[in-house]
Amino acid sequence: MTPSTALPERRSRSPQERLIDRLFVRTTLVLAVLTGVLLAFIILVIAWRSLPAVQAFGLNFITGSAWNPVPGREEFGVFPMLYGTLVSSIIALLIAVPLGLGTAIFLSEDFIPSQPRLVISFLVELLAAIPSVVYGLWGIFVLIPLIQPVARWLHANLGWIPLFGTEPVGPGMLPASLVLAIMILPIMTAIAKDSLAALPPELRQASMGLGATRWWTIFRVLIPAAISGIVGGTMLGLGRALGETMAATMLIGNANQFQWSLLAPANTIASLLANQFPEARGIQVSALMYAAVLLMLMTLIVNILAEVIVNRLKAKYE
Amino acid sequence: MVNGASPQGQPVFRVENVNIYYGNFKAVRDVSMTIPKNQVTAFIGPSGCGKSTILRCLNRLNDLIASFRLEGKITYHDKNIYDPDIDPVEVRRKIGMVFQKPNPFPKSIYDNVVYGARVINYKGDLDELVERSLRRAALWDEVKDKLKQSGFSLSGGQQQRLCIARTIAVEPEVVLMDEPCSALDPISTLKVEELMHELKANYTIVIVTHNMQQATRVADMTAFFNAEATPKGGKVGHLVEFDLTKNIFGSPKQQATMDYVSGRFG
Repeated sequence: MTPSTALPERRSRSPQERLIDRLFVRTTLVLAVLTGVLLAFIILVIAWRSLPAVQAFGLNFITGSAWNPVPGREEFGVFPMLYGTLVSSIIALLIAVPLGLGTAIFLSEDFIPSQPRLVISFLVELLAAIPSVVYGLWGIFVLIPLIQPVARWLHANLGWIPLFGTEPVGPGMLPASLVLAIMILPIMTAIAKDSLAALPPELRQASMGLGATRWWTIFRVLIPAAISGIVGGTMLGLGRALGETMAATMLIGNANQFQWSLLAPANTIASLLANQFPEARGIQVSALMYAAVLLMLMTLIVNILAEVIVNRLKAKYE
Repeated sequence: MVNGASPQGQPVFRVENVNIYYGNFKAVRDVSMTIPKNQVTAFIGPSGCGKSTILRCLNRLNDLIASFRLEGKITYHDKNIYDPDIDPVEVRRKIGMVFQKPNPFPKSIYDNVVYGARVINYKGDLDELVERSLRRAALWDEVKDKLKQSGFSLSGGQQQRLCIARTIAVEPEVVLMDEPCSALDPISTLKVEELMHELKANYTIVIVTHNMQQATRVADMTAFFNAEATPKGGKVGHLVEFDLTKNIFGSPKQQATMDYVSGRFG
């Protein structure tokens, strides 16, 4: 007699069932590999197509400021665009971080009842739903006229600072940076708010129980405890700002020359690519591919940095 | 309410006819009691009887809940701490709190202990404060070589003693403890209980506990709270009996207390 405690035999499951199990594993494996292959394919093709420009211009491409596609006298350098990409993104961050963090704090505390808070969070997140071309349009017809007096004042009174050293002409680094700041605000706010809201209530109680005020508690305990999420969200925002194309193209002025002044037209790599590809041929295509590689490298570095910083902070605080 | 033998020592808190509401919901009704100085007072009772709620009223920590409302009076050294001109932040600096779950800050052990001192802008020697507080919390020998490490690197029992060190570092007069041992193993529990005996000399301690043996081990006075069903289906807590611990567990005057301490419900 077989003891009743014996496990049912493996074979007792139907062959079809086991086949489906195996098929399912294989299918997900194929899908996962495909995604990886796709990424590798994109990177490899762009790197491959950039090779002629890499050989022709080398590192001068990064440090040079000339952009001359005239056949026979081609010379390409993307220093102004690299500078424009970095500076516009950093200015956007400088504006968006305090704004986003402040909004996140306000929305994660109980300063106002939860209903209006929910409405405000929803509105902030809706900012992300506006297409970037609409931001660009809004920037051209609303923001630029709006900041023109401020820009003129900056030049008239602080013109001795190189950053305000040119007459404002309309499109330029400043309006582009402002719109980028608005565009990266929702993701930064949402992530910071969620990290703050996810903190255990015991932390707040412990701090308040020791006689700390609400603001002391927020700045000394809650923000440090949520810092990995806040920095992570900031880095995502930075990544978005570096690669943002449409709004930047419409607002930055697309001037391929280096200027200190934030009031002068400038350019970013993304916007350079968008503007130049229709007429590009020969080595110019390769030069654009080279610029694309640099842009990818920049976002890659930002992502790695984000990972490193977040892990450091986690190790420090957790 | 029944208040048996008069509390020994001078009173620290007087709770007078306190009703507590969360929104329209009445959580605790009609509590009056006097909590004596330099003694350990335990609050016991079944879940939902309002013992933690009352405890959190003693340092106005319930103010963090927007819908919270209190009727009646709680005086601390004859001053009503719910007076409109009293700053709850000041109240909490005098009346510290240790929580159910150890909740160190995501900071180093050192920074955890000096947190409260930094809040009040303490001018003394912080190193000395850290050593003194950790010694009093019976944790110094275990952590003196790793003060820069995160508070989370400690075991649960050590974290709870760190939280106690953090609380007593600001020299409060009263330490409130909300089931401080419920997340700890028996050995850590024993250490925290021994600590309470020692701290009694300098502090007044009020502890909420689910564990009746713990109350008999640590408390001089014990208050038994009970919950009664309301017609609407909720529960409202109230104080049944408050007396010397030995009377509550040896010869309670109320049948409900007798039933609870003998393990018939709860």
